[in-house]
Amino acid sequence: MAFTLYSLIQAAILCVNAVAVLHEERFLSKIGWGVDQSVGGFGDEPGIKVQLMNLVRSVRTVMRGGCPLHVYTNWLV
Amino acid sequence: MRLRNSSMDGSDGSQLFEDTSRAGNQQAGPQAAGFPGQSLLSDPMSNLAMAYGSSLASQGREMVDKNLDRFIPISKLKYYFAVDTVYVGKKLGLLVFPYMHENWEVSYQQDTPVAPRFDVNAPDLYIPAMGFITYVLVAGLALGTQNRFSPELLGVQASSALVWLIMEVLAVLLSLYLVTVNTDLTTIDLLAFSGYKYVGMIVGVVAGLLFGKPAYYLSLLWCCVAIFVFMIRTLRLKLLSEAAAEGRLVRGARNQLRMYLTMSIAAAQPIFMYWLTYHLIR
Repeated sequence: MAFTLYSLIQAAILCVNAVAVLHEERFLSKIGWGVDQSVGGFGDEPGIKVQLMNLVRSVRTVMRGGCPLHVYTNWLV
Repeated sequence: MRLRNSSMDGSDGSQLFEDTSRAGNQQAGPQAAGFPGQSLLSDPMSNLAMAYGSSLASQGREMVDKNLDRFIPISKLKYYFAVDTVYVGKKLGLLVFPYMHENWEVSYQQDTPVAPRFDVNAPDLYIPAMGFITYVLVAGLALGTQNRFSPELLGVQASSALVWLIMEVLAVLLSLYLVTVNTDLTTIDLLAFSGYKYVGMIVGVVAGLLFGKPAYYLSLLWCCVAIFVFMIRTLRLKLLSEAAAEGRLVRGARNQLRMYLTMSIAAAQPIFMYWLTYHLIR
């Protein structure tokens, strides 16, 4: 399979775009991946699902606002 | 988190690399100033111009260094190339035959890891880099013996292998993030570990070129098992908790998840080794 670096960049952009277009109200809440459903895990064990939801939310925030990175980490904290 | 930061670079530059430049510089300096300099340096105007020019040059160089260091941590990279021949020999032997080695822990020196030339267990980037280049050349050789070679194919092989490497490192990073493992494995460490499989691939392809297809399969099988054992023994100390790393059975979903993660990272290596070499031996 002859991959090139360009195809990797293309695939990466398409994947990030796919994550960015997941709508909060219409879709993520319906399948239980909304923002308000992720505050459960206190203690040292966030669990895979919570981590994934956080990842999706962070990608969407960064892509939407185009925030510089230090603003993004402030939000996370 | 233990970082290999730039504080290692200044005072113990002699620890990472031996400084062989001073002897050469002292010899060349006075001679160069003596011969063409007499008419040039006696003129105060050109003196001033030379001093100004050299200060400009050093300022520009500092700026370039500072900006480059922001994107590619060059001082951290220097640690990974501080190897010597004995280390490379031992490490290559370990990659092909890891069954007799007893102590897999990386030794530290006052909270910073020791340079690879002093510790066989430390990861380095020299072997992966050389292995990658050798793999591309051996792939070209293998294609040439089957009359399928053209110079563009070298570039195609190189970029294809590089893409698979990047995807593997990204996948490992993503899974480490999802499982929330607290580890001091940096991205460059993961790059080094993923690059160690090129040694096995080269051994397999060369054996296949010399002795035919059965030799290819046999040597690839041997190297796959060796890399599997090597990765498990190395990653076990870094990813699992203390108790589980010593071999005691620790219950709990989290430790199980970490064990599965270690096994899947190690199992991905033989898959990539076969995938990247099977089309070279026909």
